Amino acid sequence: MNKISIMGGHVLDSAQHIDKISDLHIADGRILSIGAPPANFQADQVIDAKDKIVCAGLVDLAVRLREPGQEHKATIASETLAAACNGITSLCCPPDTSPVVDTPAVAELLRQRAKNGGHCRIFPLAALTQGLEGKQLSEMSELKQVGCIGVSNAQVPIANTQVLKNAYEYAANCDLTVFIQPTEPYLGRGGCAHEGAISSRMGLTGIPEAAETIAISRDLFLIEQTGVRAHFCRLSSARSVDLIREAQHRGLKVTADVAAHQLFLTDQDIMNYNSQCHVYPPLRTKKDRDALRKGVLEGVISAICSDHQPHEHEAKLNPFAETLAGISTLDTLLPLALRLEMPLPKIIDRLTWGASQALGVKIGTLRAGKKADICIIDPNKKWTLTPQTMFAKCLNTPFMNWEFQGRAVCTIVGGQVVFSEK
Amino acid sequence: MINNIQFNDRGKLRHFLAIEGLSKELLVHILDTAQSFIHPDHQTIKKIPLLRGKAVMNLFFEPSTRTRTTFEIAAKRLSADVINFNISASSSSKGESLTDMLHNLEAMFCDMFVVRHAASGAAHFIAEHISPHVHVVNAGDGCHEHPTQAMLDALTIRQHKGDFSPLKVAIVGDILHSRVARSLIHALNILGANEVRVIAPKTLIPKDAEQLGVQVHHNLRQGIKNVDVIVMLRLQRERMQSAALLPSAHEFFQTYGLTEDILKFAHPNAIVMHPGPINRGVEIASSVADGKKSVILQQVSNGIAVRMAVMALAMGVPLEESGE
Repeated sequence: MNKISIMGGHVLDSAQHIDKISDLHIADGRILSIGAPPANFQADQVIDAKDKIVCAGLVDLAVRLREPGQEHKATIASETLAAACNGITSLCCPPDTSPVVDTPAVAELLRQRAKNGGHCRIFPLAALTQGLEGKQLSEMSELKQVGCIGVSNAQVPIANTQVLKNAYEYAANCDLTVFIQPTEPYLGRGGCAHEGAISSRMGLTGIPEAAETIAISRDLFLIEQTGVRAHFCRLSSARSVDLIREAQHRGLKVTADVAAHQLFLTDQDIMNYNSQCHVYPPLRTKKDRDALRKGVLEGVISAICSDHQPHEHEAKLNPFAETLAGISTLDTLLPLALRLEMPLPKIIDRLTWGASQALGVKIGTLRAGKKADICIIDPNKKWTLTPQTMFAKCLNTPFMNWEFQGRAVCTIVGGQVVFSEK
Repeated sequence: MINNIQFNDRGKLRHFLAIEGLSKELLVHILDTAQSFIHPDHQTIKKIPLLRGKAVMNLFFEPSTRTRTTFEIAAKRLSADVINFNISASSSSKGESLTDMLHNLEAMFCDMFVVRHAASGAAHFIAEHISPHVHVVNAGDGCHEHPTQAMLDALTIRQHKGDFSPLKVAIVGDILHSRVARSLIHALNILGANEVRVIAPKTLIPKDAEQLGVQVHHNLRQGIKNVDVIVMLRLQRERMQSAALLPSAHEFFQTYGLTEDILKFAHPNAIVMHPGPINRGVEIASSVADGKKSVILQQVSNGIAVRMAVMALAMGVPLEESGE
C-alpha cells in the first residue's frame, strides 16, 4: 500500500491541540504518526510541505451536488472533484434534490453514485418529512441505515408545530441530528433581500431578521423539550448568534454554522441589483456580518461552510427578485476563511474539527489511526478568482476577480492523493 | 452604481432608469425642456421633428393604459415611430427568456425601449443587457422607481409654486408598494424641497423609511399641517386585504382619506395631486379630486411634455431649435 510522508509542514489539528512544524506519515490509508515515523517506515512518496499548512481535509457542511434531478447545473462527479481540488474531503449534502432524499432508495442511489464517481466523502442528510412537505415523518431509521447522518427539511419551513415537535422527537429516538435552516414560514415570504433601508430603497420585498430569530426561538424550546441534537444552518443575523450563544450557555447541545460569504458581503452589495449576491438567507447589515464573525471567533458558530449552490448562467440572468438564490462557492470557502482576522488555528478548526462536531462523525482531525484525509495549503499563494482558476463547473459568484492569498495545493482522501497542484 | 449606467462615457444621459443619484442640474434641465414644449398661450404641444426616423418600442410587461398612452403620444409628438408591445406573460409562457426576447426586439431596429415591469430593477437589468445604441426609459419597475412620473409631478409643482426650496410636500397612502413615492421623494430632495413627509399607517411604510430622506407621519391631520403640496397615492385594494395590511377600504378612507375637512389643515394655497387612476371614496373624496385645489388633470398633460423631454435627452438629440 501507498506510504506517504508529508515533510516539514505547519501541522494544525485543534482536536489534538497541535500547532507546530512537523512531519506526518500515512500508511494503508490511515494516519500513522505526526513527528518521527514508526520504526522501519519507508515512504513510497514524500511530499515537501515546507512553508505550507498541513491539516485535516476540510469538512463542508452544505454542498448542493444537484444530483439527482438537476444535472444540467452540476453532478456528483463535477462537484466532488471541485471540492477535492479546494481541499474539501468531506461534504454534507442537503436532501432537497429531485427526487427528495426521503426514501432509502434515493439515499442508496446517492451513495452508489458517490462511490462510483465521487472524489471525496459524501455525508447525505435525509429529509425530515416526506417530500419536505412538513406533513409526514420520513423513514428516518431506515434512512440512517443507508448512511444518512442527519435529517433536515432544508429550506422548507414547517408551519405545523405539532409535526415539527414529533419530527424532532422521532429524530432523537433514532439518534439523528436535525439540521435546521431557521425560517418562520410567513414572515418575508417571497422576499429576496434583508428587510431594511436598502430593500426599502430598492423596492425589493424584504425578509426581516425576525423570520430567522422567531424560528430559532421556537426551535430552541422544542429542542429542549425533545432532547434532540440540533445544528442550526447558515445563520445570518446578529440576534441569531445571541440566541445560540445563550442556548449554549444554558447547556443545550446545539451547534451552528455560517456560510463563508455571509462573513464578507452585506446588503450593500445588492445595491446595483447584482443577482450574484441574491442568496438565502439574505445578506444583512454590516452589524450582522460583524456579529457573525465574532460568533465564529468565539466558537458559538463552530463551522464555516461553503453553502455551495451552483446555477447555470441563465438562472441569474433576470431582474434580481426573479433570479435563483445561491452562489457557487467551493472555490472560495478556504480562501475567504483565510482572509478572516482570526488566529490561523481557529480558522482551520472551523473548517475541520469544529465543522465535524455537527456531523457527530469523528473526522476533521489528524489523530493517529484515523482515515488519512488531508489538506495541504499554500498560505502565501496569491491568485485571482477567474473562470480559469475556478474548479466548480458553475460560475455564479460575486467574488469573480477577487484577489486571494492562500489556496489548497494538495488533497489526500483515504491516503490517496486526489489533487496535487502541478 | 445604478446611475453609472444611466450616462454614457461623456457623462450624457443615455438611459432614464431612476431619479436616485441624478443631479439637480439635470432635473432642472428636464423640467425646462419639458416646459419649452408646452405652448405658453394655448397649453398645447405641437409636433416637432426631433426623433424623426427613430423607433420607440413601448415594452409593457404590466398592464397600463395612461402611462403607455402618454409615452406613445409623446413619442409621436417628437415624430418617432411607435410600436406597442404588450407582453403580459405571453412570451414567457412560451418559455422564452427575457434576454432572448430583448435581443429579438433589438434586431427589429429599435432605438428606444420604454419599459414597465413588475420586478424592481427590471429596467436597470434591461439597460445592462442591451446593445449600446439602444436607450431605455423606465416606465415603472416593481416597487422601485417611476422616474417620469416624479418629473411630471415636479413640473406640475413648479408651475404652481415656482421655487422648491420653501415647499413642504406630503405623500399620503401606500408608500410601501409605491414606485411613484420613491421617485418623487428622491426628486424633491434633489430639487431642494424644504420638507418631504410620508403619511400612512405603519403597515404601509417601508422599513427604515426615514433613510429615504423623509419625515414619517401616521396621523393625517398632523402630517398635512401647513403643507404646500399633497400627493395622494392609489390604494391597491386587492393587495391590502389579502396581505392583511389594512382592515378595509372604508376604514382607510375614515383615517387616511383626503376630504374637504382634512384639507383645511394644509396650507390655504395647497395643491392636491394624484398619479391616477384614482379611487374615489377610498383615498380621496370626489369633492377634493374635482375641487379647486386639484391639479390632477394638469399632471396628465404634463406627462406628455416630460416624457418628450426625457426621450429626447436620452436619445441625445440637440434641443436648441426646440424653441426654448
